[in-house]
Amino acid sequence: MMSTSTEGMQAEEKIRARKKTIKEIKKNVWFPVFDNNPIALQILGICSALAVTSNLKTSVVMSIAVIVVLCASNTLVSVIRNQVPSAIRIIVQMAIISSLVIVTDQVLKAFVYDISKQLSVFVGLIITNCIIMGRAEGYAMHNSPLKSLFDGLGNGIGYSIVLLVVGFFRELFGSGSLFGVQVLSLATEGGWYVPNGMMLLSPSAFFLIGFFIWFVRVWKPEQNEDN
Amino acid sequence: MDKVRKYLDTKIEPHFAKGGRYENLAPIYDLFDTIAYSPSRVTQGLCHLRDALDQKRMMIIVVMTLALPMAIGIYNIGYQAALAASVASLDIAGWRIAVMEFLGLNVYGSSFWSNVVYGSLYFMPVLLVTLATGGFWEVLIAVLRKHEVSEGFLVTAFLIPLTMPPTVPLWQVVVATSFGVVVGKEIFGGVGYNFLNPALTARAYLFFAYPAEMSGDAVWVAIDGYTQATPLAVAAVSGAAGLVADYTWMDAFLGFIPGSMGEVSTLACLAGAAILIGTRIGSWHVMSFIVLGMIVAAWFLNFLAPYSENPMFEISPMWHFVLGGYAFGLVYMATDPVSSAMTIKGKYIYGALIGVLVVFIRVINPAFPEGMMLAILFMNVFAPIIDHYVIQANVKLRLQRYGKRQA
Repeated sequence: MMSTSTEGMQAEEKIRARKKTIKEIKKNVWFPVFDNNPIALQILGICSALAVTSNLKTSVVMSIAVIVVLCASNTLVSVIRNQVPSAIRIIVQMAIISSLVIVTDQVLKAFVYDISKQLSVFVGLIITNCIIMGRAEGYAMHNSPLKSLFDGLGNGIGYSIVLLVVGFFRELFGSGSLFGVQVLSLATEGGWYVPNGMMLLSPSAFFLIGFFIWFVRVWKPEQNEDN
Repeated sequence: MDKVRKYLDTKIEPHFAKGGRYENLAPIYDLFDTIAYSPSRVTQGLCHLRDALDQKRMMIIVVMTLALPMAIGIYNIGYQAALAASVASLDIAGWRIAVMEFLGLNVYGSSFWSNVVYGSLYFMPVLLVTLATGGFWEVLIAVLRKHEVSEGFLVTAFLIPLTMPPTVPLWQVVVATSFGVVVGKEIFGGVGYNFLNPALTARAYLFFAYPAEMSGDAVWVAIDGYTQATPLAVAAVSGAAGLVADYTWMDAFLGFIPGSMGEVSTLACLAGAAILIGTRIGSWHVMSFIVLGMIVAAWFLNFLAPYSENPMFEISPMWHFVLGGYAFGLVYMATDPVSSAMTIKGKYIYGALIGVLVVFIRVINPAFPEGMMLAILFMNVFAPIIDHYVIQANVKLRLQRYGKRQA
């Protein structure tokens, strides 16, 4: 009798713990998308958002690459977090991240060579993307692998959302196409749309990210800084 | 007039006051009310002295001084077109020609009136579109933010068309004006908070977004299909010799060269400068140091000219002064009270650096034959930093002085 009730309590506790974990995982995935977006709120990883977003194809490939690296690096760092001496933890994280980036780069070169050529150094530069180091150091070092995996996924999605929005507008207005398919007929080919040359220059991404931040902060005023 | 005022105060105004029927539209009422009457508001604090020169009067004086470059610019559009038509017999058509024929004027003729009418037919649509677009954004934002419609836009609305080439498509004017007003000014809080000059922001936007319609050889003369390089572009290719072969210095000074609609006449800009300095609206500190910086930089490059293959090196300060947007930017853009430096010493630094930068961009940068717009925008960005260090230096100086007296 006694034993069954303790078992029951244990089972209940397990369920409660699992529920808590699931809740936390859900928060890990959704919170960074708009509430704590790595680009729009933390202003991290801007460089690649400017460099690779002149069309949607490269934006999508870059997004996938960053999501994969971020998930994998967060998980791996979290798995060995208790074995790593804290004095050399940054070097260990760097080793893990750079290995993953090299693998990603090779995969892209093998399967989507054209896009990999357009992305040029920016896949390699994922190593220096502040978001990835930031999540490894700030989250994965203190949390379980499963939670870290989903934290990586959430932040990767947050990064991707901005990249896709910026890439969408830059390709649409800059060359009148989406994913390389002509949507607006160009004036040079007898159509009506005159492409906006500035959208193809990197600074336009600054404007678009600025607009993105503006809209997110109108929607969620709690993100405004006090001044 | 008193009756009108009374009628407005008793019958119309209450609707727009707090609690009135059209409370939300108060900014629009205020806009029209203060055009004819000075505002009825009184000062709230201890000081009851007010200058008659409020922001609205100040802006109107600036707009009035803009009439000079505008008038010569309009005449010049027609003059250049007639000149081009007499050189190359071109078949021109379009609604402007229809209007000209209706009025019995000859496009190819070089009579004063035909030039003015032809120029107006190019200039006025751009001006109207700018006013409509900018007015729309100003009123919309004033209503949303519940403040008065700012007069600052009036000057911007006249500056924008004057910096455009005559053939600019109207839809691009709409896009550029929207960008200049919303991104260049309103995002940062409206008039007084914009760190960039909104008119130049609008021009810079077009310059980078649609370079085909804003630069090159085909846009400066108001005839389809006719190409003529601006004097600066000529100088970039063939130096001072090529410049003298095509244009005289006096033509450039008076404003009879191809260029943006309002920038061509240095004389008109100088007349405007005299009025602005006389009424103390424009800052002579900024203007004089832009001239100084330009002369020093141009002489320096003239001195280096024998060692360079770039023909632009030999262009003298005299020519730099009358070509391109230099004079217009000097008088109307760089002196913008909001986006320029605020401290006197800061104005010297700000002006001198604009002068140096404009020459360097024109001469050394291979991509842009014109540099005034970029030089001013660049220094707009630095103006707050310059002011900061000037103020810090002053604080340090006074601390030192005070410390000495104490000891």
